[in-house]
Amino acid sequence: MSPVNRREILLGGVAAAGLGASGGLLVSRLALAAGPDGPRGEARLVFVILRGAVDGLAAVPPWGDPDYGRLRPGIAIAAPGAAQGALPLDGLFGLHPRLAFLHECYAAAELTVFHAVAGPYRQRSHFDGQDVLENGATAAHALQTGWLNRALAALPAPARQGRQQLGVALGRNLPLLMRGPAAVASWAPSRLAALDEDTLQRVQDLYAQDPLLAQRLADALATNAMATAAGGDARQGAGPAARYAEVVRATAGFLRRDAGPRVAVFDTQGWDTHANEGAAQGQLGQRLGALDAGLRLLKDELGSAWRDTAVILATEFGRTAAVNGTRGTDHGTATVAFLLGGAVRGGRVVADWPGLSARALYQQRDLAPTLDLRSVFKGVLQEQLQLPGAELERSVFPGSAGAAPLRDLIRA
Amino acid sequence: MQETPAAAIAANRYGLGARPGDLAAIASDPRGWLRGQLAGPPPQLAQSGLRGSADILAEASRIRQEKGAQDQQRQIPRLYRPIYLREASARLAFATTTDRPFLERLTWFWSNHFAVSVDKLAVLGVAGACEREAIRPHVLGRFADLLLAVERHPAMLLYLDNTSSVGPGSTLAQRLARRRSAASVGINENLGREILELHTLGVDGGYSQADVTAFARVLTGWSIGGGKGRLAGGEPGRFLFRPALHEPGPQRVLGQSYAQPGVEQGEAVLQALAGHPATARHLATKLARHFIADDPPPAAVERISRAFLATDGDLPAVYAALVDAPEGWEMPLGKFKTPADQVISVFRGLQLPVASGSEAQQRAALAAFELLGQRSWSPGSPAGWPDRAADWNGPSALLQRVEWADALGQRFGTLHDARQLAPQLLGATLGAGTRSAIARAASPAQALTLLLAAPEFLRR
Repeated sequence: MSPVNRREILLGGVAAAGLGASGGLLVSRLALAAGPDGPRGEARLVFVILRGAVDGLAAVPPWGDPDYGRLRPGIAIAAPGAAQGALPLDGLFGLHPRLAFLHECYAAAELTVFHAVAGPYRQRSHFDGQDVLENGATAAHALQTGWLNRALAALPAPARQGRQQLGVALGRNLPLLMRGPAAVASWAPSRLAALDEDTLQRVQDLYAQDPLLAQRLADALATNAMATAAGGDARQGAGPAARYAEVVRATAGFLRRDAGPRVAVFDTQGWDTHANEGAAQGQLGQRLGALDAGLRLLKDELGSAWRDTAVILATEFGRTAAVNGTRGTDHGTATVAFLLGGAVRGGRVVADWPGLSARALYQQRDLAPTLDLRSVFKGVLQEQLQLPGAELERSVFPGSAGAAPLRDLIRA
Repeated sequence: MQETPAAAIAANRYGLGARPGDLAAIASDPRGWLRGQLAGPPPQLAQSGLRGSADILAEASRIRQEKGAQDQQRQIPRLYRPIYLREASARLAFATTTDRPFLERLTWFWSNHFAVSVDKLAVLGVAGACEREAIRPHVLGRFADLLLAVERHPAMLLYLDNTSSVGPGSTLAQRLARRRSAASVGINENLGREILELHTLGVDGGYSQADVTAFARVLTGWSIGGGKGRLAGGEPGRFLFRPALHEPGPQRVLGQSYAQPGVEQGEAVLQALAGHPATARHLATKLARHFIADDPPPAAVERISRAFLATDGDLPAVYAALVDAPEGWEMPLGKFKTPADQVISVFRGLQLPVASGSEAQQRAALAAFELLGQRSWSPGSPAGWPDRAADWNGPSALLQRVEWADALGQRFGTLHDARQLAPQLLGATLGAGTRSAIARAASPAQALTLLLAAPEFLRR
């Protein structure tokens, strides 16, 4: 019943807490690390914000938990082997049947699933929950910048390899996660014709007295040039699959580029399944299927850069353990997070499973959190981006001393 | 022409953007011009071709009853899409031409405060009707009436999933239990939570999970007529309280017990929420953020909040406090326009016609909202569109505004002399740098582009 390696991982994380980073290794992953399959390229990190509170008990159903089916008549995912059953992970957990690509990653030891995980936020507001997910503080609105931006700002200079912008956000505007002291690019496809050079120059002159607009416009033009050079052509179609395709192609275009950004963020919406959530089929299944297909496309588009890439998928909180009165689920607490990619030491479920019995639930209604989401983020920052350990608690996740970074998340 | 910054601030920050001639007309008394817009009944946008929500939902309900699942999947969107387009273009046309733009901005503010999002198909056909039926009639009334009208409106009940929320002790739940039915019934707490968090008290307003759950039980039975199965009966598409779904007995919300038997219980809770000090503070903060600054000055919030409480939520009194706040009249311009602000101020400034004859014309008129990232009634979450500069001034967003200004310059540059137009639209907020850039432009088209992309035109 006990998920593979969970103790090892959790204890390892604690043991690592005090070590910090040894200075000599700082540059290695970003610059020229060598892995078992030959020389590695520069490390890449993609963060996908799943907005709306993903139902972790549907995305990674604990089919082996005796209370699971009882709590969720009509929306429980069946055990592996049954019709429309979960894709098997271990003796307790499976993946939602629409997550076929993630399942392939798991089999290839390129996916780690974290379950019963939550950040420090314990109320149930989407908006405050997302704020905490992104600001890296312990309360909503406590910081006006995002932890990933602060992490980029804290990277030692050699890691930048002379880049102006180490990060890029896909979208017209920067999500809070990427706002802050480090210059980052944002990019969204434009449906409009580009300006002629003279008009553009005059607009830039006009903004010379307005530092904010001047900087924003300069950033946009730099990113645009990069996207064009990377072949990031974007045609928007309809539907979630086309939207993923557009954003994923652009993401991969940036990350593949020699002197391009190494950290990319995009977000997806529509996970707030209060009614008619569905089981294997239905609303949530469709969204998971589209996400899964988008991630498969990301791997394909990244090509050889996939093996240097780690992708984090995270959401603001989970949903009620029991089905509600409208065949959906309401706002809850703990949920799942995923870490996948060629750089990931995967094939594992990391969970200190609290169970779903009435006594085990948080406030008698939600999956109880047993793992701090910040431990996952800190582990990835430390191992994938070589972020100095001292910075993790000083500037990136202040007040997170109790959430030690997990270890061995990334291949050596 | 002699203008003060106050005229431009009244027209652009409080209103929806100056039209040629506006600033001269209001320069003598900008505050009086705003207050004058609060007198008289609010306009109702009652033009032909806009259908009531009950009518629309009744037709959808007929489709659901008569057609198979596959046909429904095609026909419901086919019903809703043209209705949505007509609503959105009628709203744009009105915003472009109204002489009470302050009132219209307030209407859009409330529509966003009580956001529904057409990302959810069920809302696509009725988002516009919700604004016309629940918000416009009450925008100059009491907040409590506005609140009640919105929470009863089918668009909100559908958007926040309340129509089939069932009390565990309701007669329906007991009947199913006696029959040992496997059908799952129970509450859905979405509406109850968002009313507390977003519509009234605010997220720090002092409520608990127990309050959310109790309020959700209070709201069981708030539904719509003309459904299927256990939601059959009632007049199709209209608010219907369904006693059989309602959780009987008293409920405790925010320390107060509510023992009313039926729909009155929910009405009583809404009344109490509408007059709660946390609600006053939450609304005052949002209004001050919208009209004054991203981080609203506490003193202004305090005065607006007091006006709300002193008048039992009389909205014109609240708006008057907003107009009186000296912080709202200060330079530099404190607000970065949202895409919708930008589009409407361009339509007003250039007096663009909003053709609405055909669907293609409607789409063309609305295309700019989509291009710049703010399609009408689609905030994607019940929190509505965000209202801070950082949410809208990303690099890519800014470049697209500049590109749109360029497209407008090329299309309309020969119809306007931007040198004349700039002071008409920006008054004393027009800076010397922009004035000279326009004067030195290489072509009329380029001059108009520079005006519409100027820092002071992008702000309000």
